[in-house]
Amino acid sequence: MPAPVTGRRARRARRPGAWLGWLFVAPAAVMYAVFVLRPLGLTVQYSFYDWNGIGASTWVGLENYARLFTEPELFATIVHAFELILFFSLIPVLLGLFVAATIRGIAQSRLALVARTVLFLPQVIPLVAAGIMWSWLLSSTGLANQLLSAVGLGGVTRAWLGDFGTALPAVGVIGAWVLVGLCTLLLLAGMSKIDPALYESARLDGAGPVREFFAITLPSLRQEIGVCVTVTVIAALASFDVVYISTQGGPGNSTMVPGLEIFYLAFSEREVGRASALAVVLIVLVLACVLPIQRLTRDGSR
Amino acid sequence: MIVNRREVLTGRILLVLLMAITVVPFLSLFVTALHPAGTYPSGLSWPAHPHWGNFTDAFRAAHMGELLLSSVLIVAGVVPISLLLGTMAGFAFGHLRMPGHRVGFLIFVLGLTLPFEGIITPLYYQIRDLGLLNTRWAIILPLIGLFMPFSVLWMRAHFVTMPDELSEAARIDGAGTWQLFWRVHVPLSRPALSSLAILLFLWTWNQFLLAIVLVDDPAKRTMAGALGAFQGQWGTDIPLLCAGSLLILAPTLAVFLIFQRRFVAALLQGSIKG
Repeated sequence: MPAPVTGRRARRARRPGAWLGWLFVAPAAVMYAVFVLRPLGLTVQYSFYDWNGIGASTWVGLENYARLFTEPELFATIVHAFELILFFSLIPVLLGLFVAATIRGIAQSRLALVARTVLFLPQVIPLVAAGIMWSWLLSSTGLANQLLSAVGLGGVTRAWLGDFGTALPAVGVIGAWVLVGLCTLLLLAGMSKIDPALYESARLDGAGPVREFFAITLPSLRQEIGVCVTVTVIAALASFDVVYISTQGGPGNSTMVPGLEIFYLAFSEREVGRASALAVVLIVLVLACVLPIQRLTRDGSR
Repeated sequence: MIVNRREVLTGRILLVLLMAITVVPFLSLFVTALHPAGTYPSGLSWPAHPHWGNFTDAFRAAHMGELLLSSVLIVAGVVPISLLLGTMAGFAFGHLRMPGHRVGFLIFVLGLTLPFEGIITPLYYQIRDLGLLNTRWAIILPLIGLFMPFSVLWMRAHFVTMPDELSEAARIDGAGTWQLFWRVHVPLSRPALSSLAILLFLWTWNQFLLAIVLVDDPAKRTMAGALGAFQGQWGTDIPLLCAGSLLILAPTLAVFLIFQRRFVAALLQGSIKG
């Protein structure tokens, strides 16, 4: 959609050598076109073919897409991705809001400064490492079961990542652990921008911490919450590293997510067409989730 | 600020609890790494005789020296080129604002939410056709492209805030566009550049998917990719695996703790702009 040419833009456009700007963009554009846009176009193209990656390919139209929705194994991966959103997004954002609101009063203390560093550790390490650590914590002899036995819940102990019923939530817990610190600190940073006078007057009017939270904190944090939700939803839908390391999609198919299924389809089962169709669906799903969140949270603040 | 004592106390307790939950997995990894190799230690327990030798064993088993070198080479390829290209494009979109800049920028922004899995399949065939499979270029080149949307967005956000008068003045002094960019604007962008460099370093170092798909030899991968291979090879020997994981974590942790202020700031800003 071409924007109307404003006076300022017209003046710039007339300046000699204005096209020079495109020379500055060119190298970046080449790398982006060759290693992102071209593969992106090819993913769409492959998704209409039946191809094993070596021999000839045959045009199958929308069949690969139809299979995604008719083959329960493939469709389950998409359902799993959405279930992971509960853990990757909902828990970190709610917990982050709760913690940030509670520690707002001591945000400048020494303890909070130390916390800034500590809570960021999961963001700095590779997700692979988080997966290895937690595979061990959640294993049958790991710390999780040791703690449960210590409080008399020895009956529920199990290999959390190896049990059909608990594997997906267990993977979700790993994701929540990675993301909760980031959300807390982002929200805390947002809260520090709220005018303290607002809180002062709320307190003088006799508002308690709960009223204060819903009347002042929550509405002011719209943008930060939007950022947290966006980042975590993308992390959930596009999860790969943690699942690959901790469960490889198993037991059975119970933790298979789209990212991992694409990897297996394309590189083990040599079903390039179906892998590409799933890839296209994944890309569209991410956009379909992220764009509305952006719209909801950005409009108000502008 | 009016805050009563009980709230301060709850706040402190909650914060300590959250920090404990964050740190405990690291502790568990550490104490387990000290148990005798090949045993199945239970949970969080300090071994009777800590086996510090596990770390040297894991260092040798994981070929840590080679791995470090490989990761450093990959970072050295990705980060400077991404910074340069991203800054040039960001400068054009944010400051030169040539005709059509909005559309151009929009095309870059479109790539921002792209999951890497979405293009990994064609990327594999493309890299194969270029004859780059199993070389570090197979990781370096695609990462530069994949990081470009964020780099451009980041640098554009910086250049938009630079006053036009600065450039006008430089032009009156006879500076060409390249001199304006290189002599005037790049030196003024140092804070934005260093934050971006930190983020790109971290994302490159921790890159896993491209490493396992495009490079078979763990010694030519990133640290994260090598860790995946290490798990495959030593997954049954828990203490050794834990020791190896810690060794592979150590460089990032060290860099993080040294530059923690910049890191935290960069990560917070990074997620807001991303």
